Formats: sequence, C-alpha cells, structure tokens
Amino acid sequence: MRSKGKKRHIRRNSKLTGWRLFGLYSLLLVMTIPFLFPTWWMFTASLKPIEEVFSFPESLIPNDFQISNYAEVFRLQPFLRQYWNSMSIALVVTLISVTISTMGGYAFARINFKWRSKLFIILLSALLMPAEVTLIPIFRLMVNTGLSDTFFPIILIPAFGAHAVVGLFLMRQFFLDFPTELEEAAEIDGLSRFRIFTKIALPLAGPAIASLAILSFLYSWNLFLEPLVFLTEPNKYTLPVVLPQFTDTYGAPIFNVQLAATSLSVIPVMIVFVMAQRHFIRGITMTGLKG
Amino acid sequence: MRHWRTGLFMAAPVLLGFIFLVLYPVVSVIRDSFTSYNPLSGEAAFIGVDNYTRLIQDETALEVAKNTLIFAAILVPVNMALALFLAVLLNLHFKGRTTFRAIFFSPVIVSTVAWTIVWKYILQDDGPLNYFIGLSGLEGNNWLRENPWPMISVVMVQVFKNLGMNMIFFLAALQGVPEEMYESSEIDGANRWQQFKKITLPFISPTILLVAILTIAGAFQVFAQVLLLTGGGPGLSTTVLSYYIFVNAFQIFDLGYASALAVCLFIFVMGLTIAQWQIRTRWVFREV
Repeated sequence: MRSKGKKRHIRRNSKLTGWRLFGLYSLLLVMTIPFLFPTWWMFTASLKPIEEVFSFPESLIPNDFQISNYAEVFRLQPFLRQYWNSMSIALVVTLISVTISTMGGYAFARINFKWRSKLFIILLSALLMPAEVTLIPIFRLMVNTGLSDTFFPIILIPAFGAHAVVGLFLMRQFFLDFPTELEEAAEIDGLSRFRIFTKIALPLAGPAIASLAILSFLYSWNLFLEPLVFLTEPNKYTLPVVLPQFTDTYGAPIFNVQLAATSLSVIPVMIVFVMAQRHFIRGITMTGLKG
Repeated sequence: MRHWRTGLFMAAPVLLGFIFLVLYPVVSVIRDSFTSYNPLSGEAAFIGVDNYTRLIQDETALEVAKNTLIFAAILVPVNMALALFLAVLLNLHFKGRTTFRAIFFSPVIVSTVAWTIVWKYILQDDGPLNYFIGLSGLEGNNWLRENPWPMISVVMVQVFKNLGMNMIFFLAALQGVPEEMYESSEIDGANRWQQFKKITLPFISPTILLVAILTIAGAFQVFAQVLLLTGGGPGLSTTVLSYYIFVNAFQIFDLGYASALAVCLFIFVMGLTIAQWQIRTRWVFREV
C-alpha cells in the first residue's frame, strides 16, 4: 500500500516546475488567443466610433468611448421585444424539455418496459440527424397549418425534437448510476412506479436537472436555422436572427452597432457561465462519455 | 414486467416528439424527393427519379459534394487532434488549469451567429488579424475572398467554436484511466510517449469513437458559418451541402430538389456512422 501511494504521488501530483511549467504556460497562453480575443474585440469594438473599428493602428482599448452605439441598437430594431422573444421562448423550451427528458430518461434507466433497448437505439439515431434533413417536411407542415410565422415551431422543434433525445440520454445516464436501495424500499412500501419517481428519484436529481436546464436554455437561445426559416416579422425575431441584420440602407453592416447588439446577446450568457461553469461542464461530461 | 405501462407512459412525450419531428420528416423528405414540390408554383407532382438524375448532372451539386468532403476532411482531424492535445495538457497538475479549461470551453456557450459575426470582422482584409500579422512584418491574406483561405477560415472558425466540447469529453475519459496501468508500465521502463500510445490511447478509444461520430455528423451540418462568413463564396468554394440545401429549400423554394439533396446528406451521415461502427472492433479496445 505504501509504495503504491508513493508512486501515485510521483506521477500524478508531481507539480511541474521551472522551464517545463514556464513552457506549458506560454504554450497555453498563446493558444487561448483565438478563444479569448474575439470576445474581447467584440466588446471593445462595440464601444468605438465607427471610424475607429477598422482604423490603424488597431486599438485594444477604445480611444473614444461611444456608448451611444448601444442606444442605436434599440433605435434600429425592436431589440427589447426581440430580447424578450428569445428569453421567453428559451424558458418555455427549457421547462418542456427538462420535464419530458427527465421522465423519459428515468423510464429508460429504471423501468423495464417492452422494447426498451430497441427503442433506445432507434432514439439515438436522432443525435446524428442533420436539422436540414428534417426541416423541409416540418416547414411544409407548418405552412399548411398556418403556423409558420409563429413561435410554435420555434418552441416545438427544440423542445420535442432531436434535442429532447440528447436530454433523455443525459438523464438516463444519471439515473443509471443512482443507488437502487431507496427505490426498492419504497416499492415494498407499496408506492407506485410513478410515485417513486416523483417522491424519491426527482428530489435527488437536482444537480443533473440544473445541468440539463442550462444545456436546453442555451440550445434554444442560440438556435438559428429554425427561427430564420419560420419567422418573417422583425417583431417576432429572436436574437440570432436579428444580429446579422444591423445594416444601413445599402445592406452594409454597421459594425459598431452590430457588435453592440452581439455583445448584449452574449454577455449575460458569459456572466452566467463564469458563475456556474461547473454545472455547464458537468452537463457536457454527464452525457455519459466516461470511456 | 407489470410496470411496462408506466415506463412507456413516461417515455411517451419524447417518443412522440421523435416520431413526429424526426421519423415522420425523414420518411416524408424521401417521399418529397420524388416530387416537384414548390410552394410558389403550386402543388407537388410525382416526377419519379427526375430530381436524382438532375442531381447527378448538376455540376454545382458535384462541386458542393466535393466541398462538403473537403470541409469534413480538414475539420474532423484538426478539431480532434487539437482537442486531445489540449485535454492532455490540461490534465496535468498545475495552477490555473480550471481557468484554462473554462477559457477553451467558453466559445461553446456563445451562439454560432455571434461567434461568426465577430470572426467575420477579425478576418476582414483591413481587420485586426491582418493588422497583427502586419506588425510582425509578414503579409496578411484576404481571408474571406481569396482561395484557398475562405474554406480554411470557415473550418477554423468552427474549430475554435466547438473544440472545447470535445476537449471536455477527452478530459473526462483521461481522468478515467487507472493510475495502476501507468505504474506497471513505468516499472517496465516505458517513456511518456510510449505510455500515451500503448495505454492512454487504447483506454480512451471508445471516447475517441464517440467524439469522431459526433464531430463528423456535426461537420455535415455546418450552416450559419457559411451563410454569415462567406455566403458560400467566392464562387462556390465554400458552399457545402447543408448550405446548398438551405438555399434550394428556403431561398429558391425548390423543395422537391432540396429534398433529394437532403436525402443525400442523410445517406452521407448515416453511411459514415455505420462504417465507423463497423470498423470499431479493429481499433476500439473496450466497449463503453
């Protein structure tokens, strides 16, 4: 036992020192540039006057702060309305997909129903399905039923479509690792299977549900193709659809205002990420890739 | 089992969603691909395999298929190699590694649209990238207009956007490698690189397979980047299949032909996935 502990100490916990550590930091710092610089540049350029955005020499911090770019965002588009559209749609999508994925994930993990494994394999095929393949018939259906210029498809597709299967997969993985003793005790007490789920499994699934909720919210918040195809009125646009449309009358983008709008859509998500990155990253890890 | 009703009942919403939003559309896109459906010109008529013969003769479609394969052939290895490299580095013990992990992961949470808009400016001829290249005395390029750079730009913008996701998958896998395996190989005198090749890679091979399947499927769905960065150009040089489907379906409203293209995309993705699954026994050493 002792020698094993010592070896472990040598390999895993040996902190890098000297030149090796310096080399590692330098390498990583250089590699962070394409990941960090865009966000920095987006935010700083959103505060510059238009002449300064592409001026030489490039300024990392604006020489002239022009906050009015942000006021311009709200003047050019019904941006508050669009922000609210994105927010409310994402909340509804999150609510639905968390509910149905948690129930479904639990059923696939814990209840031995007919055709369970076959159904699961078929469901997984949804993870590979390109959105472009399924969108044409759904578009046709929505046009025929008069629902195309509404939020209905923008909520329906992310809440019940392929993304719900991702959620189900994630929650199934969580419930598979869940201790069985409590449930067995409850079953002996005569609780129905559904009650065991709501009274025993659900209260303990909080962290997993939080991660799933974050993933679902982001998925809806960032959705682009579907709202682009279905929504035609500026009042109904969501943020990803409106961001590319900050243009002058000739169709040329107004750089600083566009970047201000983009910042407004990114920064709240960034703040939440910095505060809760553990949940974000666990959500990804939890999809069961423990390999 | 007496619980099978409850099980099916609880899984029903997702199953129904799958039937109506995945299964039914796939079946009807196949059916539509044999019609001349165009909402502008009226009803759909059955035209047999005409869309497919048109597809084979369509030189644009062949160019697009080639671009799609080039895109995937660059994106997948670059993305996976960089993600694995970063995961190995960030699995070492040093101060600040969680911060680095968060930085590399952060673009994943940003919308593709926002990410692409910002990169479009960075890559402009008079944009910051060329400015900084100029500072070092080198000559920049017109990244979005001059071949072969537009394709490389689209690939790299996508790589930076989603690398963090694969990095986290790999990190989780690396943390699962039992320490004992390294210890016994150290006694045998294996160096770090040999350990990586003989122990780490085989051990995480199921994750590599999964990441490969998901990254390849994702590579065939790239859309917003093309639309916003290059609009498929210059010429056709960055027009990939998913973007070409979008143009045919929702800009020209030639839904019949777009359906035939969509069927091809579907066959591409499913075929590659099945192929990977079939050859997994040759290099994947464990079942997940």
